[in-house]
Amino acid sequence: MAKTTSAAFEYAPAPESRSIVDIKPSYGLFVNGEFVDGHGAAFKTLSPAIEEVLAEIAEADQADVDAAVKAARKAYDKVWSRMPGRERAKYLYRIARIIQERARELAVLESLDNGKPIKESRDVDVPLVAAHFFYYAGWADKLEYAGRGADPQPLGVAGQVIPWNFPLLMLAWKIAPALACGNTVVLKPAETTPLTALLFAEICQQADLPPGVVNIITGAGATGQALVSHPGVDKVAFTGSTEVGKAIARAVAGTDKRVTLELGGKAANIVFDDAPIDQAVEGIVDGIFFNQGHVCCAGSRLLVQESVFEELLERLKRRMSTLRMGDPLDKNTDIGAINSAEQLHRIRELSEVGDAEGAERWAAACDLPAKGYWFPPTIFTGVSQAHRIAREEIFGPVLSVLTFRTPAEAVEKANNTPYGLSAGVWTDKGSRILSMADKLRAGVVWANTFNKFDPTSPFGGYKESGYGREGGRHGLEGYLK
Amino acid sequence: MTATSTTPGQAQGSGFEDVTRTDASLRRFLHGLPGVDQVGAESRAAGLGTRSIKTSAKAYAIDLAIRMVDLTTLEGQDTPGKVRALAAKAMRPDPADPTCPQVAAVCVYPDMVATVKETLGSSGVKVAAVATAFPSGRAALDIKLADTRDAVEAGADEIDMVIDRGAFLAGRYQQVFDEIVATKAACARPDGHDAHLKVIFETGELQTYDNVRRASWLAMMAGADFIKTSTGKVQPAATLPVTMVMLEAVRDFRDQTGTMVGVKPAGGIRTSKDAIKYLVMVNEVVGQDWLDPDWFRFGASTLLNDLLMQRTKMTTGRYSGPDYFTLD
Repeated sequence: MAKTTSAAFEYAPAPESRSIVDIKPSYGLFVNGEFVDGHGAAFKTLSPAIEEVLAEIAEADQADVDAAVKAARKAYDKVWSRMPGRERAKYLYRIARIIQERARELAVLESLDNGKPIKESRDVDVPLVAAHFFYYAGWADKLEYAGRGADPQPLGVAGQVIPWNFPLLMLAWKIAPALACGNTVVLKPAETTPLTALLFAEICQQADLPPGVVNIITGAGATGQALVSHPGVDKVAFTGSTEVGKAIARAVAGTDKRVTLELGGKAANIVFDDAPIDQAVEGIVDGIFFNQGHVCCAGSRLLVQESVFEELLERLKRRMSTLRMGDPLDKNTDIGAINSAEQLHRIRELSEVGDAEGAERWAAACDLPAKGYWFPPTIFTGVSQAHRIAREEIFGPVLSVLTFRTPAEAVEKANNTPYGLSAGVWTDKGSRILSMADKLRAGVVWANTFNKFDPTSPFGGYKESGYGREGGRHGLEGYLK
Repeated sequence: MTATSTTPGQAQGSGFEDVTRTDASLRRFLHGLPGVDQVGAESRAAGLGTRSIKTSAKAYAIDLAIRMVDLTTLEGQDTPGKVRALAAKAMRPDPADPTCPQVAAVCVYPDMVATVKETLGSSGVKVAAVATAFPSGRAALDIKLADTRDAVEAGADEIDMVIDRGAFLAGRYQQVFDEIVATKAACARPDGHDAHLKVIFETGELQTYDNVRRASWLAMMAGADFIKTSTGKVQPAATLPVTMVMLEAVRDFRDQTGTMVGVKPAGGIRTSKDAIKYLVMVNEVVGQDWLDPDWFRFGASTLLNDLLMQRTKMTTGRYSGPDYFTLD
């Protein structure tokens, strides 16, 4: 899409150098402070922008999961749960500082493995990762103020499974509060994006974190299933699809494991006729095209008041035609690659359903790179609540545009979904923001902004978007008894 | 007198006659424009500022920025000698490199216009004069108009007027509108070679982005050829978000009326890096049409030497010191 901007002021390529990262040909599992071989069949992780194999990754089988959970249990019993909070905090602060020191390395590796633009991994993901560790480091010696009584206790070993959309950030959301509260963890990153988690394992070594406090095991669904259903795990934390979340809930039913689930979403981004229109357009773009729409809280349903529909749509299209799609490592790239062939297939399939159901598809003209997984930023108009693209999570850069006439109708449509993770409200009227936030059944309601994250702010869902909160004081509750 | 014979509301015949008839109708219109969310606008402007402009794109941007400079001196201590030196620099910014483009204009007080005009001759560099009791605008209308006519008669190609911020903030939009219309009329020449009118808002005094958007529409409806952020005498002067709000206004105005209006950030833009951020913003907010000295200008003085140093670095691969560039 860079081509559709000016003919004369063409931005020359400005790629971030890959040389800062040192990717090994193969990686083992990080168990008890050391990298060990896995016993499953090794798999490859690709760079989705160029379909280049980056490294071979070990797969953890049941025995490996066992070993990791045992290591975590030992570290919990012998070291971590006994360590005073102020000492745990020192480790967390150290990890946070190392993340800042190695920020560029982490950002480049994240963009390579995930396909997201470097400007996002550099300016959003990695700074937030460091901020989460700093934030929860501050809590480690103040847990008596967490609202869980005078002497709250950790749960034990946490089994954590995270998705591929924000690989390192989801790791931070999981590990930082768990460690601050005195738990030890076994974490499984997604099979398509394991590299930053493995680099994080090196950071744990660099920080002299006691062995077994953090264990990283790699693999696909079977490994995750082995982890969450392992009897030695006291707490399960999962971020990912609602389908898998339900399976996990079923697997742990009847056990005394504690569970937090952060699942899918189909967020309504509601634009009233008195909205600051240029900023609303930016918010719509941030809401759905940030991270190629691979965001569980993405504003994937745009609800526009009918009286400003035409004008807003025109402005949105104009703005979309300036989005720059391409090499994730180029500092001027706005839209990177779709993370995997599988996900690309799903986005295409649901978009075709949108066509078939009679919605009107629009995407700015652009040349897609020949190699890699790409899908242009797309909007569908003429969408009604009955369309599948208005109900199902697409998890890609595809926006469904609906209209409404009154605030009551906006609330009704926004809440008419099995999900309830986030919502956005755009209006210049403060009282309307408050009344909408009161009525919307969503864990986060953004007002005149979208997709803003902060470690101090709790995040989580209503209904099929999951339960439990991550971030803020609320985020401690999932790791304390 | 041409100035007073123009009745309010007949500025351009661009369809705003009903709007510009009374204070009340102007208020309804200006306050009905979509609001600007401060946080959102600033974050969008900051985002555009992270673009990485390298190699060929940077060379293009630097030459374009030089061509857009209104080389400015607005000091009590200005003398004919000083402004002649500045005019010479405007025509040949880099004496060591004949391929270096000229700047757009030299901007001075009205009493210096004739001197600058004489030095510039037929070089193509324009003469801009600040007028209307610059920088405060605190004078009676007939004095402001006399100031303007004085500069026009001395040969100014462009007039940079200031709005009456006091009237604007007090909600007397009609008065601000009428003054712009009258000043525009004072820019007229019998031979039809009218001076172009730039309208300065002094955004540092208007304070809110909503006010900047309203002032932009008010000036455009009154016939401004350019809208300009600042006098350079008040801090903050030009900023990226303020300029972005003004760019959005000229874009929307052209969509609605077909008339194109230029934008000039002035004051506080000192480095090539800053200037390039502005050009990126022009490129991505309003597009290629405005990437031209006819439609976008930088009001600046120290900026030019930094552009020249960067330009030399691009061509020779080496940084040279400030001693190699003229101080005027």
